Amino acid sequence: MADSARLLVADDNKVNRLLMARSLELQGHRVTLAENGRAALDLLKREAFDLLLLDIEMPEMDGFQVLEQLKADLHLRDLPVIVTSSLESVANIVRCIELGAEDYLHKPVNPVLLKARLAASLEKKRLRDQQKEWMRRFATREVAQDLQQSGFALGGKRVHGAVMFTDIRGFTTLAETQPPEETIELLNTYYTLMFDAISTNGGVVTLMAGDGLMAIFGAPLPMEDPCAGAVRTALEMIETIELFNLERVAAEKPPIKIGIGIASGEMVAGYAGTNERATYTCIGDTVNLASRLESHTKAAERTILIDGVTRAALGDRVALEPLGPVAIRGKAVPVEVFSVSLGQKF
Amino acid sequence: METIDTATFNELRETAGPEFVTELVDTFLEEAPRMLADLKSARDAADADRFRRAAHSIKSNASTFGALELASLARALELGGLAADPARDVEAMAALDAAYGRAAAALKGMSHG
Repeated sequence: MADSARLLVADDNKVNRLLMARSLELQGHRVTLAENGRAALDLLKREAFDLLLLDIEMPEMDGFQVLEQLKADLHLRDLPVIVTSSLESVANIVRCIELGAEDYLHKPVNPVLLKARLAASLEKKRLRDQQKEWMRRFATREVAQDLQQSGFALGGKRVHGAVMFTDIRGFTTLAETQPPEETIELLNTYYTLMFDAISTNGGVVTLMAGDGLMAIFGAPLPMEDPCAGAVRTALEMIETIELFNLERVAAEKPPIKIGIGIASGEMVAGYAGTNERATYTCIGDTVNLASRLESHTKAAERTILIDGVTRAALGDRVALEPLGPVAIRGKAVPVEVFSVSLGQKF
Repeated sequence: METIDTATFNELRETAGPEFVTELVDTFLEEAPRMLADLKSARDAADADRFRRAAHSIKSNASTFGALELASLARALELGGLAADPARDVEAMAALDAAYGRAAAALKGMSHG
């Protein structure tokens, strides 16, 4: 028998409702009943269901209206719906399908057909859920949401935001002195801690390469004060790494050090790659500068470096040390660089 | 036309279980008078939407039990909607009442027999 699913049956007619519930329960599913469309929608908003079996002719709110509302609801629009009705016209059936119904079964519903269609719909839902889960794991929630809302299209749009690059200092040496398993474990812990700091402050991780990370603040969804978000993240990261190092030293392992570069301004954000494999990323001068600032932390012997635009956006909120104009590779004119003082909160 | 299609009714008993079908028939016999009354009051109020919906419900339940005659009369009302001449609806509804009486008696006998 297929796995037990949580099903909602919406039908205003008691005989139909009881019979449908009986058929589904005999197939091993758990069934909840709703007497009209409005009651069904209320239940769907409160509880999680795997599938809705929907009658069309109902008082209060009919099946068409339910389908429309589901389609407009970001959380419910993926819920599979099988319409069960004895509608008399093909146009009505077409309308159900156009409104997003997965399938249509004519009443009285043949139990064998019901079982087959139900299994197919539930399997499709399982695959969709799995895809969503994968997307959550490999993209961030914001990118996943952006994809769900706007669909996928290569190409970018101009956004205003802050970019952050981070890197573990001396990582190659570290990796050479310990077994690879330990390095993977270290990276996983490191990424978990850094991802947490980034997403807490509204950022999105767009690149992971070895021990390096790139994050954007202000795209794909615009945010207020992206520069502050990025600098807060950087400070939190350093604080977290210090705690992490206490543990490492206690376990007789060498502490790790990271460098962070942040630059702000206009950039182009979007999906780059091919239609088969693409990544959400940002490109532009701002991105290059952030990467160069991160590299410069070594020579400058500082932990967090920011550019003049980020500094201007922060105003007096943050304690800084101006490092003066610095010659940056790829930049014709030296740029003003500032070091963010550690251990502060704003 | 046959009052109840035996094949449909037996199939229902087989798939849903005879005891459940007995309960389901009882539910139908409780609900149907309300649906018939609803049809009449919709006719009196000239509420075409409610009229169609009530006829639709009767048709739907009648089909479930294989009550062919009742289903066919209800379907005609659902598709036809309110007639221009109310007297024709009143006549059709009387025929529907009579068909329901026959279907109810037959269903009672078959499910409890």
